[in-house]
Amino acid sequence: MNFKFHHKRITGMLAVLPAREASFIDEMRNFNFPVSRSLKLKEVMGYDKHRLVEPGVCVSDLAVHGLQRLFDAGLLQPSEIDALLLVTQCPDYFMPPTSNIIQGRLNLKQDMLCLDINQGCAGFVIGLLQAFLLLEQECIRKVVLVNADVMSRKTSTKDRNSYPLIGDAASITIVERDAEDSLIHANLRMDGTRNEALMIPAGGFRLPSSAETAVLEDVGDNNFRGKDHLRMDGSAVFNFVQVEVPPMVEDLLALAGKRHEDVDYYAFHQPNKFMLQKLADKMKIPYAKMPMNVVERFGNSSGVTIPLAIVSNLAGQVTKERLFMCLAGFGVGLTWSSMLMPLGQLNFCEIVDYT
Amino acid sequence: MKALAELLKGIRPEFDFSASRDFIADGMLDSFDMVTLVSTLDKTYGISIEGTDILPENFSSLETIAALLRKYHVAL
Repeated sequence: MNFKFHHKRITGMLAVLPAREASFIDEMRNFNFPVSRSLKLKEVMGYDKHRLVEPGVCVSDLAVHGLQRLFDAGLLQPSEIDALLLVTQCPDYFMPPTSNIIQGRLNLKQDMLCLDINQGCAGFVIGLLQAFLLLEQECIRKVVLVNADVMSRKTSTKDRNSYPLIGDAASITIVERDAEDSLIHANLRMDGTRNEALMIPAGGFRLPSSAETAVLEDVGDNNFRGKDHLRMDGSAVFNFVQVEVPPMVEDLLALAGKRHEDVDYYAFHQPNKFMLQKLADKMKIPYAKMPMNVVERFGNSSGVTIPLAIVSNLAGQVTKERLFMCLAGFGVGLTWSSMLMPLGQLNFCEIVDYT
Repeated sequence: MKALAELLKGIRPEFDFSASRDFIADGMLDSFDMVTLVSTLDKTYGISIEGTDILPENFSSLETIAALLRKYHVAL
């Protein structure tokens, strides 16, 4: 499915990171593996630091902290927000929607749309698509897109396949109309037949959480997790990404009439360094044009990694000039989506800590 | 082949790879070991094994790994 948008732009980006930083070196003893093997993985996958929320901290806490920061700094007025989109896999509750909770905690106006979207690693591109569609309406002039996840709370500390790379974070992206004709191309694919590749088996209505689903099970390769925890079929996900993402990006470039040389940076979802290097090699993209350091610095925070890659690597540039970006998200669903868009000059592009 | 066996030994020194006909089925290489091995092969032979080739069947024995390397014009 292909999309084309005119007169839309991102005007500001803020990333919110929990202040607590954990280190893979310190956590290695939690995993039942020889240190030498863990150290090799650290180098290849980029495991190092990751940011984790304290127990009890929820998505709405990160979002409210970031939005209040923007209000206090005069970078965003509460009355300007016509739509609040929250993309998360970690809602505060099944009901009400967490976006409504954020609206209530910040006393935002009633004449607005609050919408939760259940998406993961493709969630930034999906959220932008939704924001652009809303901005076609006259009554919507400013959309606040919040991507946020606290997946560490649903990941087994004894699962070396997942825990070392997981990070918690939120991002706030302001999306508005653009006086310039900023042409944006995007494409999107979904395959629900592979929905079990990434899932949390228990905790919904199909399999409610219980004492039984909390029990840690030996799931092979010396990893232990319960049905309440994130389950990732690493091989299936890796193969999915390597097979589906390069042709998706090439298709989009062809659709837009662009070449790789026209793209200033490739801000892709950040699953791990190895996977990104393989994608870059396949598409012959220089590593310098594709940030790959989010996992080692902050961890993989699902839909937040694309904005976090931009904010932590390109803030100096996107606040001064307009870059031509290729975004790509891929993950749970399975879902994969990419977007070609101009980005900059942003009014703000910052990181704040949540304490 | 000997060089290849040495590389595998460097990743999982506790196993005798010459005694197995299927490293994956015998539990000698897990998915993360495959990733470590690919990274090692890339560096050792100056290649980049494509992500779509990182499949268990390509790493199940010395012969299948050698066949994969030949695809990237590596002479063993």
